[in-house]
Amino acid sequence: MIVILALGLSACGGDANRSSTGAGSGVITADGSSTVFPATEAIAEEFQKANPGTRVTVGSSGTSGGFQKFCRNEIDISDASRPIRSSEVDACKAAGIEYIELPVAYDGLAVVVNPKNTWATSMTVAELKKMWEPAAQGKIMRWNQIRSDWPDREIHLFGAGVDSGTFDYFTEVINGKTDASRGDYTSSEDDNVIVQGVSGDENALGYFGFAYYEQNKDKLKLVGVDDGDDANGKGPILPSPETVKDGTYRPLSRPIFIYPKLQSLERPEVNSFVEFYVMKGAPLIREVGYIPLSDREYELVRARFKERKTGSMFSGEAHSQMTLEQLLTR
Amino acid sequence: MMSRSMRGRARRLTEFVIERLLFVCAAGSILVTAGIILVLAFETFEFLREVPITEFLFGTVWTPLFSDKHFGILPLAAGTLLIASIAMIVALPSGLLTAIYLSEYAPPGIRRIVRPTMEVLAGVPTVVYGYFALLFVTPILQSFLPGLSGFNALTPGIVMGIMILPLVSSLSEDALRSVPNGLREGAYALGATRMQAALRVVVPAALSGISAAAVLAVSRAIGETMIVAIAAGQQPRLTLDPRVPIEAMTAYIVQVALGDTPAGSLEYRTIFAVGMMLFISTFTLNLISNWLRERFREEYA
Repeated sequence: MIVILALGLSACGGDANRSSTGAGSGVITADGSSTVFPATEAIAEEFQKANPGTRVTVGSSGTSGGFQKFCRNEIDISDASRPIRSSEVDACKAAGIEYIELPVAYDGLAVVVNPKNTWATSMTVAELKKMWEPAAQGKIMRWNQIRSDWPDREIHLFGAGVDSGTFDYFTEVINGKTDASRGDYTSSEDDNVIVQGVSGDENALGYFGFAYYEQNKDKLKLVGVDDGDDANGKGPILPSPETVKDGTYRPLSRPIFIYPKLQSLERPEVNSFVEFYVMKGAPLIREVGYIPLSDREYELVRARFKERKTGSMFSGEAHSQMTLEQLLTR
Repeated sequence: MMSRSMRGRARRLTEFVIERLLFVCAAGSILVTAGIILVLAFETFEFLREVPITEFLFGTVWTPLFSDKHFGILPLAAGTLLIASIAMIVALPSGLLTAIYLSEYAPPGIRRIVRPTMEVLAGVPTVVYGYFALLFVTPILQSFLPGLSGFNALTPGIVMGIMILPLVSSLSEDALRSVPNGLREGAYALGATRMQAALRVVVPAALSGISAAAVLAVSRAIGETMIVAIAAGQQPRLTLDPRVPIEAMTAYIVQVALGDTPAGSLEYRTIFAVGMMLFISTFTLNLISNWLRERFREEYA
């Protein structure tokens, strides 16, 4: 009897302690990029374990879909695999919604070929463009059209589907214009289809998020990417946590973001969730396959969050020539 | 007297209600069919207002989702036909031979085992066939067919052939069995062996029934979705090479339906136009099959 009572009491005490750390009860709503989803989901899980009574719902309606809901005041946090666009900045402003832009991790896009492909060990951005630009459709069909000493074999291309942020990003940095791509390739929103296609086909080449490469290392081979700019690493660079983080794997690496709403941060549970995200998120982010920011960058992000610095660092552009550290200290 | 006529009236009323109820049930399926055709026709019409029908039917490039849009359905149609042909090459001979064996040779005991087993084959969900093709059959074929891609037309064709095999064999068997015994006996009386009777008398006599089965199987192969969506790839390509990734009409519809293409846009309407093409082809094939079967029935009625 006494034991049970004591247990009950201590349980109550535990709860009281927890709620006094700030979380309280309530529902936190996050939505947006399907790329950021695994990271936010993993952090939400840990956060809910530490704060029973608080629920975090994470959606994945795409970066644009997330911002639409965000600027309609329907969610607390918007997950984004690119910076907020100027049209979205305006929509939020019109609705009176203020937000803090917080980079939380890096994601690299990996270009991969079949392990039996012996020739394509690296490609320049210009070669990737030649392969993927709209003008290549129906014309660039064989490997030796990219480089003359490559074999005279058909190329089978696999890439992101038109609804994914990966497609937006790849087409923008490689082909120079968002959504401009050849259409005669196997396109899928499901990265597993691309893994399956490239791993089963000697003549294949595909691209998708680096996280998926890490889970399928044994079936795929990475292609080094050379951006022709020796200032950030000479020659072709293979994506790895290090090269993505130090900015040498360019241009196919990008930061991913969360945008908490300033008004929601007045609720203690939202505040402590975002705090948890930027303080303790790094190992969880690594676990789900993304590349954490550097310590210095995390420090700057935390400072930005503490100061409640609103607005975007990117002035509406999808990517910047500056490194994240430069942007954060600007 | 009075109560009797009242009971009669009550009964007539019940009859009336039941009849109407049955009529509504029967009309329901017709109305739903009509509704589907109307929606298909309306969206296809809207689609054809923006895309000339000649481009749709004879264009050789299909990229409606990309910035450089082309709306030629030929690559998708070629993919569908290629896979359906491979399926028929697999299903027709083996299905027909199975049917001949079951109807002319097999002792009842074997027949009692084979038929239900084939029906199990017909009951396997097509998504299972799809992954069976992608993850099991393709790697096996790749071990001795170099140059075979992970996604290709060959594997889904073969697996689809296995899937429609029960359809071909059971319909053909029905046709063979309904050939009157007098024909067989006549053949035996003339000194024909069992094989001669089967191949030269019974099969020709059942030919229209067998053709009906084959046509129905083609129709089924054209409309089949999951196997091609999973194992054939998603790359519209005008080719007859069964080793490379292609895209079938049904797989395209799945691809667009799974993405978030806004309703009412031209991209969205493409799936109705493709659906219309599918509907027209399977509907025509079903009509032909019905007509063949009717003719067959008349011969021995």
